[in-house]
Order: sequence, then C-alpha cells, then structure tokens
Amino acid sequence: MTYERTWQTIESGPHEYKEALHPVVLKNYGKWKYHEMLNPGVMVHVGESGDELFTVRAGTPRQDSVDLLRRLCDLADKYADGYLRFTVRNNVEFMTPHKENIEPLIKDLEEQGFPVGGIGPLVTSIAHTQGWLHCDIPATDASGVAKSVMDSLYNDFKEWKMPNKVRLSTSCCSINCGGQADIAIVIKHTRPPRINHDILSTVCELPKAVARCPVAAIRPTTVNDKKSLMVDEEKCIVCGACFGACPAMEINHPEYSKFAVWVGGKNSNARSKPSKMSLVADEVPNNPPRWEEVNDIVGRILKAYQVGGKPWERMNEWIGRIGWKRFFEETELEFKIDMIDSYRHARASFNQSAHVRF
Amino acid sequence: MDNIQESVVASREVPAESETIEADVNGQVIKKNGKFLNETPMLDELENGPWPSFVTGLKEMAERNKKPMLRGVMDQLEYSYQTKSGYWKGGLVTVKGYGAGIITRYSMIKDKVPEALEFHTFRVQPAPGFHYNTKMLRGLCDIWEKHGSGLIALHGQSGDIMLQGITAEKAQECFDELNEAGWDLGGAGAGIRTSMSCVGPARCEQACYDTLQVHKKVLDAFVGAIHRPERNYKLKFKFSGCSNDCVNAIMRSDIAVIGTWKDDIQVDKEEVKAWIEKKGMDNLVNNVITRCPTNAISLEDGEMVIDNRNCVRCMHCINVMPKALSPGKERGVSVLMGGKNTLKVGTMLGSMIIPFYKVDTDEEIENFIELAEEIVEWWDDNGLDHERIGETIERCGMKQFLEDVGLEANIDMISAPRDNPYYKTEY
Repeated sequence: MTYERTWQTIESGPHEYKEALHPVVLKNYGKWKYHEMLNPGVMVHVGESGDELFTVRAGTPRQDSVDLLRRLCDLADKYADGYLRFTVRNNVEFMTPHKENIEPLIKDLEEQGFPVGGIGPLVTSIAHTQGWLHCDIPATDASGVAKSVMDSLYNDFKEWKMPNKVRLSTSCCSINCGGQADIAIVIKHTRPPRINHDILSTVCELPKAVARCPVAAIRPTTVNDKKSLMVDEEKCIVCGACFGACPAMEINHPEYSKFAVWVGGKNSNARSKPSKMSLVADEVPNNPPRWEEVNDIVGRILKAYQVGGKPWERMNEWIGRIGWKRFFEETELEFKIDMIDSYRHARASFNQSAHVRF
Repeated sequence: MDNIQESVVASREVPAESETIEADVNGQVIKKNGKFLNETPMLDELENGPWPSFVTGLKEMAERNKKPMLRGVMDQLEYSYQTKSGYWKGGLVTVKGYGAGIITRYSMIKDKVPEALEFHTFRVQPAPGFHYNTKMLRGLCDIWEKHGSGLIALHGQSGDIMLQGITAEKAQECFDELNEAGWDLGGAGAGIRTSMSCVGPARCEQACYDTLQVHKKVLDAFVGAIHRPERNYKLKFKFSGCSNDCVNAIMRSDIAVIGTWKDDIQVDKEEVKAWIEKKGMDNLVNNVITRCPTNAISLEDGEMVIDNRNCVRCMHCINVMPKALSPGKERGVSVLMGGKNTLKVGTMLGSMIIPFYKVDTDEEIENFIELAEEIVEWWDDNGLDHERIGETIERCGMKQFLEDVGLEANIDMISAPRDNPYYKTEY
C-alpha cells in the first residue's frame, strides 16, 4: 500500500525545550545559587528561592533500544515527575525536588543494570562513534571498545578515585568523531589505501579525491585503459581522507588498521588553557570482541595518573608538571620516533630550550 | 579467518537436522531453535561485564519485536567482528523538500544478510540541553518502533538523536509523524549541522547566558541551511554557558559561543569563611590560590582577595568553591571560531574572535544571528571545497577575514603579537 501524504512539513528546527523542563527547573530558571556534589552519582542545586533540585546520574550503553528508553521513562515518571535529560557523554540524568526519591531511584537503576555515578573526580562515560554497526568508513566498532573499557573502569565511574575528572573517547577512523579527550582511543591506519582501478572512475569524482589529500600524494593515472588514481606511497601519511571521498580507495584492513592511544586533550578553560592530545601508543592491535590490549594501556595510564596527579590536575596538567619523559616512565609505554611530530607546525612541539630531566 | 567466515555463512544457509524452524506464511523465518535471532558468539562476549551492554539491549528488543532488519543487522555486525571489516555503503534517501538529515546505509553483503539490505538513520534534533519529558520520549519511541527498527543512539557526536534502521520506503511516513509530533531532522553533509548546548540556566548557576534559548533561536534562523546543505563543508555551532565548556564547543564547533562575564567575581564572604573552616587553609592555598593561572588570588590578613583585573575567567576557583564564589553580574558570551578535528590540516582549537557580546534580549540575539550569517556568507565566498571555516581563515589570513566581515581587531584574539616582519602597511 502506498502512503499518501496529508501532513505539510514544518521546518521546526530543534525541539521546543520549555515543555521538557521540570516545573521546579522552570521556576528557578537562571536563578540557581550554588550546587554541591553529594556523592559520585548525586548532586544538589539550590536556588535563590531556597528550592533544592537533586540530580541522579547513571551510565547508559548509548546504543539504546526503545525498550531501554521506555524503562528510563518509567523511572522518570516514578521518581522525577516525568522529566529526564542526557549529558554529552551519554549519561542519563534524573532531576527531582523529592529528596526521598533518591535512594529508591538509585536502587532501581542499579537493579536494572544502570551504574550510578559519573559526577566529579572520576572516569565518566566514553564519548564514542558508530563503528561497524552503522558507519560507512569504520575500521573498528567503537561501541564494543567503549563497552569493554567501561567494564574495566566500572568502579572508576562510581567512586571518587581520580585527581580530577577523566574524559575518554573512542573513534573508528582518524577523523576522530569521538573527539579530543584525556585519553582517546583512535584507529590509526598503517598502510596506504588499496585502489580498485576497475570501479574507481565510476564511483569517485577524481578531482575531489585528489584535492582531499593533505600531502598531495594522489595523482591521476590510467590503468587498463580506465581513468583512475594512483597514490605516491612514499608521500602518503595514511590518514584515510581519500577513502571518505572515494570508496574505491580502501584504507581499512583487518590487520593494517591498528589502534593508537592519545592523552592530554582538555577542552575546559579551568586553570590551564584548552590543550590538544598527544600520541603515546600506537600499533595496538584492533582485537574484537574485547580489545584487551587497548584496555591494558588505558588502565596503565589511569593508574599512573591516579597515583601521581595532585588534586584538580587534569591529565594534561599532571603531565605538564612531571614532563613527558616521566609520563612514559610511569606508564611503561614506549616512546618511539614517530611520536615526534613531522607534520605542519611540528616545531611548536619541539623542546626549544635546554631544559632536560635526567 | 576465511575458515571462520565460511563456517558462519554455512551455518546460516544449511540448517542442521536437529534445528527447528518456525516460519510465517511468506516463508519468513520467525524462530530457529526457539530463538528469533541467529547465533552471534562474538557479540555475545560483549554481554559479559558490569557495564550496560548494547548487545543485550539489541537482542532483547529483537526477540520481542521480531523485526527482520534487526536480525540482519546483528548478523552483519557479528560478521564484522569476525572479519574486522565494515560493510555499509552510502546512498541517497531523503524526505520531500530536504537534502539532508537521513544517513543512507545499504549492506555491501546483502547476499549473506538480505535482511540488513537497508538500514538508514534519521538524524533528529533534540531539545537544546538534551532535556526531555517522558511524553516526548515515549512518543518518539512509539513512532520510531512503528516505522523503524527501534534502535536509538542518544546522542550522536554532533548532538543528534540517531534513529537507526529504517527502509527508504518508510522514510517519508515516519518523518511526517515525527514532524507532526514536533521533531525535525538534523544536518548532514556540507551544511550547517545540528547543535549542542549545555544544561544551561535550567540547572546551572554558572551559566552566563541562556544557552537553551540562544541555541534554539540561532538554529531556527539557519533551519533552511540545515536541511539543504550547499556550503563548502560542515559548519557547527555549540553553546556552553561558561568556560568550563561542558559541550566542548572550543574543539568541536566552528563557531563556539561560550559564556563569560566582565565585572568582578561575586564573593560571599561568609561562605568563603565557612569553606575555609570546613576544608582548611592549606586546601585554600594548595587548591585555589596556587592553581589560579594568572596568580590573581592572594591572602591578605587571612582573607582571600581577588585581583579581578587579572582574572581570565577560567572558572577554576568558582568550580572549587561554588557556594562562595560565582561569575560576575555583567554577563555575555565570548565567540571563538575555527575549532575542528583531525582532517585534514590537523586538529584546531577555536580561537577568540569576539571577547564579549551580549545575547540576552531578542534584539541582541538577532544581532548575533546577523553576524553569523555574515560570517557564513564570507566563508561561502572564500572557502574551498571541503574546507572548514577555521582553515579558510588561516589560509586567507585573519586580517582579511576581519576586514571583510567588519569586525574590529582586538588584542584578546592573540596569545602574542606576530614574531615575524612579513607584512606590508599602506605605502
């Protein structure tokens, strides 16, 4: 049966938000006075009116089913007057003025498998990308990596054990949609793209693919009388940018797409200026379904930070104080020549001083 | 590995004699050995461990709603885990009048997993701040399960609700029902994208402007450009209420709108005293005073004194003492531009363009939108294909950008004046 339209589209943009706000939120909107973190899963905000609003935060798988969301709605109806929100790191938050609801809500959440935590100096949920479940250019499955890593860090999500908050991310290609983070787990390809000359000219716009390369390593060519492209493998920096523009330039490979681990990304302006993350481990196997090797490295970094960081120091600030040499010593990671930048603006990362720790 | 692949395919195509199969009148398999789903031994490993498992959630839903698409997707995902490769390719599915908002996915191995042939995603714009009431969310779930798979990611990294798994045939009807319920599609491709804002004044005393309102109004102003992408590349706005920047605007958006204040930090002296009594003077010295990035806090006769002229609005002291300290009263936003991730010139952080801008009244917000339109127009005229606006500004030069869009140069834009003499003045 064909569908006959009767509805006229309204280009309404983001959904209206006022109806999504709890009455106590609306009453105190813009008039909050202060907040306190009561424990790793609960905080309270107090308004100028004296009203108290309690927030309970819990982890979710991000890749949710309608069943799971309906269960969260049931909890919101039961304990938070029918309101809930999500954080940018996929945690769910229930805001309620009813203090007596906190304990039973936490109990129900935990019983249903949602870990309560994520607030304050601890490891919060991983921001991550789509991966094999949905993306068209993924070299791994971020959801699986995220699940495996968070299994290991379950208690670190629920207890205040870190010097400051730790944000993690995972990305399935070097575009890094998961984003900068204190610790980021990102695919790093290790071999230039393989080109399918038979189909290239029919599936790709050649000039676009040529223009996409950051190091001008792609050139037009003819193979078996067909227009195609070739890659100067000496020049190629194995970024995968061409693959996004041209599916015939396959960069993904079960063995030649590895993981790299990066540390020190910080977007907050608190204390130090925001900082970009740095490469500290590469050639890490992309090993489903549990990615033990990645997990081991993340664990080592976190342990060193937990022991060595001072209160309020984020990962990059701790490293800034002890220096990169000590970071590699404490984490027992191997410093390699490829960790010295050779791309644009590399000099900015060179030690332009006589300062050395021996 | 090849052996594994073959055995999986074989087990799917040639049922062993001991298997029981139930099928509907069309021959569609409903249950095999009492289960709707095929075996997924590698994915099942992700059901172990204490963190909530997306695999468990997917399996539970598929066994209940028995959508063949979900079974196909689970089969394809299991195959991806076994072969360490992805098998989706793009295409073009849209709804009437829109050129973006649906991410099209066709299976590249449809012969192996015919049920996963189509698995398109709707990007839907949530309410600013990711606030929901249960009626909205239940309604969304019901419409989605009626037409699509029932799988939802909350949220994508640009800030969209990702409704994952629908066929092209159902897309228009599903969209119409969603749209009637107040939902609209988000951005994709070379256009303005869906935005993100922090919890804002809804719950946070540190929000220096109404992130939710400004998000809604700015994105509404660009709604046509979101649905019909025709720019050089993607362009993202993000809205954070203070420089803690909870939505990572500085790194994840081309135009980052970050709350700030101009006057003095508000100090509640009684609460400062109470804090020191509770936490101790050592704590004040070690965790507040010595951590101020500009040494703008000192102790005078046992009292904490802030040199506001040298405060850079980093938020640290306010974060540590939220009951005693709060942002000043003259509040507005800083606008930073050029943030983006790796491809292709490398990661760039947004840099300061406008240190202080008021966005409280409708007129002020309108002024901001006009400025943003001017900036996007400049990028349309000067940008190259697949070039983010930060890259365009760097290539053309900040001076050119400022002159073209009519912004004043100011010293807050730089961390230091230039260290080379390579420019020319009027001669």
